Amino acid sequence: MQKPKIALYWCAGCGGCEEAVVDLAEKILDVINLVDIVFWPVALDYKVEDVEKLPDGSITASFINGGIRMGEHEHVVKLLRKKSKLVIAYGACSAWGGVPGLANLYDKEEIMKCVYQETPTVDNPSKTMPQVKTEKEVTLELPNFLPRILPLDLVVDVDYYVPGCPPTPDVTWKSIETLLSGNLPPKGSTLGALTKSVCYECALNETKPEKVLIKDFMRPHKVAIDPSKCLLTQNLMCMGPVTRGGCGSLCLKVAMPCTGCFGPLDEVKDYGGKAASYFASILDYMDEKEIEKVLSKFPDFMGVFYRYTLPASRLRGKIKMKGGD
Amino acid sequence: MKEFRPRIVVFACNWCTYAALDLAGTSRMKYPTNFLVVKEMCSGRVDPQYVLEAFRRGADGVIVAGCHPGDCHYIEGNYKTLRRMTLLKKLLEEFGIEKERFRLEWISASEADRFVEVANEMYEKIKNLGPLKIEIEGGR
Repeated sequence: MQKPKIALYWCAGCGGCEEAVVDLAEKILDVINLVDIVFWPVALDYKVEDVEKLPDGSITASFINGGIRMGEHEHVVKLLRKKSKLVIAYGACSAWGGVPGLANLYDKEEIMKCVYQETPTVDNPSKTMPQVKTEKEVTLELPNFLPRILPLDLVVDVDYYVPGCPPTPDVTWKSIETLLSGNLPPKGSTLGALTKSVCYECALNETKPEKVLIKDFMRPHKVAIDPSKCLLTQNLMCMGPVTRGGCGSLCLKVAMPCTGCFGPLDEVKDYGGKAASYFASILDYMDEKEIEKVLSKFPDFMGVFYRYTLPASRLRGKIKMKGGD
Repeated sequence: MKEFRPRIVVFACNWCTYAALDLAGTSRMKYPTNFLVVKEMCSGRVDPQYVLEAFRRGADGVIVAGCHPGDCHYIEGNYKTLRRMTLLKKLLEEFGIEKERFRLEWISASEADRFVEVANEMYEKIKNLGPLKIEIEGGR
């Protein structure tokens, strides 16, 4: 019997998700025994042309990590969608845009100027900017830069999501097992994780009071954190209550507050809105001035509440008006 | 060209603001017609997601209104509203939505005139700002 074919592709992400696959350690050998990897640019020498030659629907599953930032990403994921039975958004960037998705607070010109001219380490006196096409002795082409970074499901149809930044080896393995079992969950499900929040499996949950109320907001590098007490009671902004569990509460085990990389729970449409709602509800002030005072301690609202999910939010990023550029 | 008539969504609490809206109606007070009212049991039920969704679906402005502080039917729901909406205002600013487009108001059951005042004021302000035609990838 022919082994199921698998493809892996890297879009706009840091590469941690590619690393996460290798983090399966010796289990990766089991995976290779069970499937044929037909496309994995970071590790194998197959090219896009090889994928083009495959019959439509012949790849069992494509694992795509990273958000859609460049025209090239768009092209390849559309190709993989055509050739695959299942498309899996692997990791936070692919599912909701991830950390690079915060770039949606700026437009293309601002980003280009910052990266190619204003960054202190850039030496670019002639102000050269990347061009889609350059004609010298030969014609050189670069993929175009899309106006916004988008999660995978806004570009192609996505069957399943694997959350995490990056997905833990345990989550990756569980999702591979689910896919190979043939007993597929409903389309749009999140694989390998829980339907309950991080608190559900957090060991510190026992020390969480019935009603959490906080008076202040502290940043983790400025306090000595007690690793045996719920971080919320220590005025730390832990996203555990609004974040999907399944990670094994890894960060909490080393006394770092959850930043929300497993994304929203099933019923939540806008993670940042929900997270802001939750945080505001536990803030123990009734006076607007005092609320403002605590909020003024936040270095960056978007970075706290929409750290992994801005492109998948209700508004996708800083609003763009129709008919504008 | 047709005159721009702002669409404004009002999230009104059942016990105070919605009653005030009823009173405004039965007292035949006048305010622009393009107000879409959503009745909630408490202004504390208004999740910031609702406001974001309203803007996404084409609202030019949003009002969240409930009982005066101290008067909440559920004792402290409106204090949660106050905290949530104060934080939401910061997020809306970062999303690039002008602050005139979002208002948090305390309107008791007897203050129909206050609602009419707020409604007229907001309608005029947003009319001057122009429509909020947000481009949303993936549709609304």
